[in-house]
Amino acid sequence: MTPLIEAVAVSKRFAGGLGRESTLALEGLSLAISAERPAIIAVVGESGSGKTTLARLLLGLADPTGGEVRYRGEDLRRLGRNKWRAFRRDVQAVFQDPYGVYNPFYRVDHVLATPVRRFGLAASRAAGRELIAEVLRAVGLRPEEILGRYPHQLSGGQRQRVMVARALLPKPKLIVADEPVSMVDASLRATILAALRQLTDEHGISILYITHDLATAYQVSDAILVLYRARLVEAGAVERVVRAPQHPYTQLLVAAVPRAHQARDWIEEGYEAPHNGGGMISDGCPFADRCAHATSLCAVAPPLYRTEVRRVVACVLYREYPTLAARELGRWLSI
Amino acid sequence: MRAVFRYFRRNPSLTLGIALLAALALFVVIGGILVDTEDARPLSVPTLRAPSWAYPFGTDRQGRDLLAVMIAGTPLTLRIGFIAGFLGVGLGTVLAFIAAYYRGVLDTVIRGIADIGLTVPGLLVLIIIAVSIKGTLTVNQMAIVVASLAWLYPTRTIRAQVLSLRERGYVEVARLSGMSGPAIIFLELMPNLLPYLAATLVNAVSAAILASIGLEVLGLGPIDAPTLGMTLYWVNFNAAMINGWWWWWTAPTVIILMVFLGLFFLTVGLDEIANPRLRRSA
Amino acid sequence: MSEPVLRVERLRVAFDHPLGKVQAVDDVSFALLPGERLGLAGESGSGKSTLALSIMRMIKPPGRIEAGAVWLDGGRLADLDEEGLRAVRLASIALVPQGSMNSLNPVLRIGQQIADALVDHGLRLGRRAEERRVAALLTEVGLAANVARMYPHELSGGMKQRACIAIAIALRPKVIIADEPTSALDVVVQRQVMATLARVQQELGAAVILIGHDMGLMAQFVDRLGIMYAGRLVEVAPIADIIAHPRHPYTRALIASLPSLDVRGALAGIPGLAPSLRDLPSGCAFHPRCGFAVDRCRGERPVLRDLAGGEVACHLA
Repeated sequence: MTPLIEAVAVSKRFAGGLGRESTLALEGLSLAISAERPAIIAVVGESGSGKTTLARLLLGLADPTGGEVRYRGEDLRRLGRNKWRAFRRDVQAVFQDPYGVYNPFYRVDHVLATPVRRFGLAASRAAGRELIAEVLRAVGLRPEEILGRYPHQLSGGQRQRVMVARALLPKPKLIVADEPVSMVDASLRATILAALRQLTDEHGISILYITHDLATAYQVSDAILVLYRARLVEAGAVERVVRAPQHPYTQLLVAAVPRAHQARDWIEEGYEAPHNGGGMISDGCPFADRCAHATSLCAVAPPLYRTEVRRVVACVLYREYPTLAARELGRWLSI
Repeated sequence: MRAVFRYFRRNPSLTLGIALLAALALFVVIGGILVDTEDARPLSVPTLRAPSWAYPFGTDRQGRDLLAVMIAGTPLTLRIGFIAGFLGVGLGTVLAFIAAYYRGVLDTVIRGIADIGLTVPGLLVLIIIAVSIKGTLTVNQMAIVVASLAWLYPTRTIRAQVLSLRERGYVEVARLSGMSGPAIIFLELMPNLLPYLAATLVNAVSAAILASIGLEVLGLGPIDAPTLGMTLYWVNFNAAMINGWWWWWTAPTVIILMVFLGLFFLTVGLDEIANPRLRRSA
Repeated sequence: MSEPVLRVERLRVAFDHPLGKVQAVDDVSFALLPGERLGLAGESGSGKSTLALSIMRMIKPPGRIEAGAVWLDGGRLADLDEEGLRAVRLASIALVPQGSMNSLNPVLRIGQQIADALVDHGLRLGRRAEERRVAALLTEVGLAANVARMYPHELSGGMKQRACIAIAIALRPKVIIADEPTSALDVVVQRQVMATLARVQQELGAAVILIGHDMGLMAQFVDRLGIMYAGRLVEVAPIADIIAHPRHPYTRALIASLPSLDVRGALAGIPGLAPSLRDLPSGCAFHPRCGFAVDRCRGERPVLRDLAGGEVACHLA
């Protein structure tokens, strides 16, 4: 069964400027998302991990420098006009910034009416209005409170929910949400995340939830991918990865989240020698320079070891386990 | 209506600019009714009279009623400026959007031509063009001559604005919503640029008027037309300053001053609308 | 029971907006003991950043301090003139503002910026002594000495934030106000920066006010926590108490709504919208969104009163 959208060993290298070296944003990542079983897959990583680059590649907003991104088996760059439209309808996005995504010249109706018009989603203006009202209600907003207003008259949480509603209009199979709640007020995040969860459970839409916030990823997703410095380091069912992280980086990440209902030992762990997190990525494991368990084996980038039915880890500590070809990753991830 | 008045109070430059230009417009319109503009032609009235009740602005050496000249000439001068300004900004906008949105080769070519053009001294080119045209110029031909260079600077500045706007989030959302390139340019980018375009237009009109007056004073303008610049040409030709015929050069100078001050304040006022950071808090 | 190093008494701050007066801080009082860590939590619009700025008397028109007093070490800040205030800022109270990584001057080296802070306060050291002092400060915040010669763009986010902390502690202040110091940082770097802040605070014996909205961070760092809503302080209590037994309905709802790694449960946001500060609800500002509101809540504004080791502003507590 052809996956809906598939990244096949994609890499993205940004060319350097004068005197600046090129930056490797993403290296050899493979991921497949199928349309059959809707799920929320989280992509978690810090800034510079490559998660936003992955989002842009999957949305066709940027081209990979290595590998391919395929929509229903065909390379995005070679899609004809009709297939491109179908792709745009099937794969939508919600971005991080609830301010910049609105054109200040128009009322918010504009951002909802545009896809209706461009994709031909309604036969008449009345049908279009009804469709817009329907998606607004699907995200928990009341159309009469939203339509006719300018973006600056709505709160950040409302704006973000309108963006989710906009993404729903063409009845997509996948929504790529890039940090959808990080610029929204703390208490509203749960509401928006609950709305996303509902989209998957009730409407069958898969969501690729990209974030640096492990806690929200834990609350809302089924599976999780952990990226570090342009590479995938661990992936699996979210409950397992968070409760029993196996990759040293994932362990560091989980331990670094301050928890309210826990002993006050968080800070004591925190003082490690400062390291310069930038610089060229060597060919080996990207975490080797910070890892307590690093050995000479880490000079070669480890493959994905399948340590559980639904878990892979890219670390030589688990070299006894069978390896998994990267291309297989997505297939069982959506199960 | 009250909101309009409140805004005028907050934006004194805009108010002043509009007031000056409105005063000029009134002068031309009312003057056109009260005064016979035929008297702007030579040999209509006695020569070299100082201002009096009969001839409030005096008369010149060729027998023109200077009041009639001002009333007839101001709209002519402004017309050159407007035509040249609109043409220049119109062409500049189109080229700027194409260059900035599509980038690549088109951008390099357009930008290259504009950059080279901007380094060449404008007045020199205009003089050469004006001199090369056989026969005398009409007012409209004058406008086109000036317009030929008026698009260079707007292209550069508008391109810069579009370059920054196209990175905005709402442009990406528009792409995801199925909008095509031209649609994005017209429906998403253009409306946000309107205040900037307006300010650029006023600037271009101002520059065009200045260029045209410059050419006219040098004697390269439409000889038969009673424009402000041509009047100054005749002032020079007849050594009016040395001869003490002060009324001859005072009238056009004052009117030119009003035109430029009006346009200047208008630009400053429009700038404030275009750039919210310049806005004064209430 | 030692004397508080900082006391805020019935502070009111308003902004004059053409559409109406915005009451950003509304009758806030609290005391800070020497060496104590106080957290101030609230969402955007709760007034916490305005409160920090007004303590430093850095509110610019159209904002103004309407009423109330701020006492630092027994002296009223309002009694000082501009010169006196400048001397107090940084030397006695230091502010690490929101987005402080962006407040570093991009064209000056880090060492220069730290030195400037010293010089601005009249500390005239010889060049050698200045360099030593800068190097010492950098070491205190865990940065290598050669960072002094670097420009801000050469540093990572966490390092820039630590440089800002170095500037803040340059004159050994008694109070450090940190406004969302780690909100733009990744979680691992956040821990390093907070560990740095904890260490320098302990070495200086300074008190810290940490402003933020991350309950987990508060739980792990502060001794006492104050919750702000619509410009008002609605609850103050020792941190363990507030987490285990939140008394104000807003505190309870806030803690319940924040996603955590502890339990994968139902996601529950707070219904309704934050109130407009121009048009606050009558009585208790939270009553339109409160599940327990009664008539008294609509009519009478609750006052902060002592309750079981903490303070709550709720009629029903």
